[in-house]
Amino acid sequence: MTSLISARGLSVRHGQTEVLVDVDMDIAPGEIVTVVGPNGSGKSTLIRALIGLEQAATGQVTRAPGLVIGYVPQKLFIDASLPLTVRRFLSLPHRVSDAEAQAALARTGVPGIDARPISGLSGGQFQRVLLARALLVKPRILILDEPTQGLDQPGTAAFYRLIAQVRHETGAAVLMVSHDLHVVMAASDRVICLNGHVCCAGTPRVVSEAPEYRALFGLGTGGAFALYRHMHDHDHEADAGHGNDPAHPHAAHPHSCAHDHA
Amino acid sequence: MTMLDDFLIRAALAGVGLTFATGPLGSFVVWRRMAYFGDATAHAAILGVALSFGLGMPFYAGTLLVALTMAIAVTRLSRRGQSMDTVLGVIAHSALAFGLVAASFISGLRVDLSAFLFGDILTVGRGDVAVIWAGAAAVVAMLVWRWQRLLTATVNEELAQASGIAPERERLFLTLALALTVAVAIKIVGALLIAAMLIVPAATARRLARSPEGMALWAVAVGAASVLAGLWASLTWDTPGGPSIVAASAILFALSCLIRARS
Repeated sequence: MTSLISARGLSVRHGQTEVLVDVDMDIAPGEIVTVVGPNGSGKSTLIRALIGLEQAATGQVTRAPGLVIGYVPQKLFIDASLPLTVRRFLSLPHRVSDAEAQAALARTGVPGIDARPISGLSGGQFQRVLLARALLVKPRILILDEPTQGLDQPGTAAFYRLIAQVRHETGAAVLMVSHDLHVVMAASDRVICLNGHVCCAGTPRVVSEAPEYRALFGLGTGGAFALYRHMHDHDHEADAGHGNDPAHPHAAHPHSCAHDHA
Repeated sequence: MTMLDDFLIRAALAGVGLTFATGPLGSFVVWRRMAYFGDATAHAAILGVALSFGLGMPFYAGTLLVALTMAIAVTRLSRRGQSMDTVLGVIAHSALAFGLVAASFISGLRVDLSAFLFGDILTVGRGDVAVIWAGAAAVVAMLVWRWQRLLTATVNEELAQASGIAPERERLFLTLALALTVAVAIKIVGALLIAAMLIVPAATARRLARSPEGMALWAVAVGAASVLAGLWASLTWDTPGGPSIVAASAILFALSCLIRARS
């Protein structure tokens, strides 16, 4: 089957910095693909380039003609100067009926919040409203950039179950960026491990055993616990006060894949 | 058409006509934080006034052309990595300065200049009223036509792009609407106070509205009330028209702050 979105030799620059180098990837109808990678590895840039929000420096992105994308951005700030209820937000840019809007909200686990102003929602509620809006366009592909930010652990698990269910019912493909490695590995058909370039890609099993992936996330020890510990380090790298765990010195983590592309 | 012979009726028609454009457009200016951008475009219009007098062009056409050129130049420059704030600061004041310098070379305009800086609503003729209503109608038609797309791009450009909307194009429509509004508003409130007609009624409307559409309509109502109140004040106390209208809208804004904000 022809792919919904494909990238060939895609490179993206931000000023002088090469954020993405020579990325090849395809998303087939109905599959769940997850992009993983450390902070600053270009995950969001890749998503944005695939949607058409970033210009390719070289290479190209091809989207299937008339492809309907349901997009859930990483963060969305809605200025309080704009009076916007959840109901009105769901009707952008295409007007939907009240029944459709209510059904979508019920499905994403936030029933009955139609009349609430969007700027007063909690992070978790807002994330679900964004998903409801993405589903209302009847997408052939859902694109989610770290969709579980602001959700607690049960919320995160429920969110991924919902995604799997949506895929099952509508046949929509799903492309997401995620930090929830341990959950993602189970929920995806394919995983793309990114660090400026595609380090490795394949089924979760293949990727989790690939040396490139272990260089980034594992320590060669394998196991969910090690993965989790490592992710924890990554999440707090910007925190200057974060002490190094002697058992996990940062210097021991090779940060790029085997080769350097600078 | 004796009714239109009355300067006061003409002034009221011109001012109220203008608010049909400034209400919805001003709402976008508030939502997208374009206040300074509106100000810059309006200041540039003074250069347009001077050029159209110097070159013998029709006044509205010259003003529209320069306002549009400025607005597009600002958008282009800011995309080249200059901070929007700085670009606007440079362009707005340069255009105003060059406009004032250019105007000083044109005999006759020197005397009239204050009419373009502060507006002279009580002297608008029938032709002006027609141009203002046509300009406002064009702005309203454009905004209604693009409403859903403009609103989506205002909420979030990425969401818009993912839905197949080009945010750049929507921004261009707003820029065009702004230039058009500036060109027709300059005789009413003057270049220095046009931005106030955009922002103050919309900011007042925010306190009263629960939806984007409601805010746009309230902004029209508040703007129209300001025009009528300002004209009345101008007649009663012999104060300048444009500033009186803006002062009236500021008082309405202050009153709206007493109302508890909805949503």
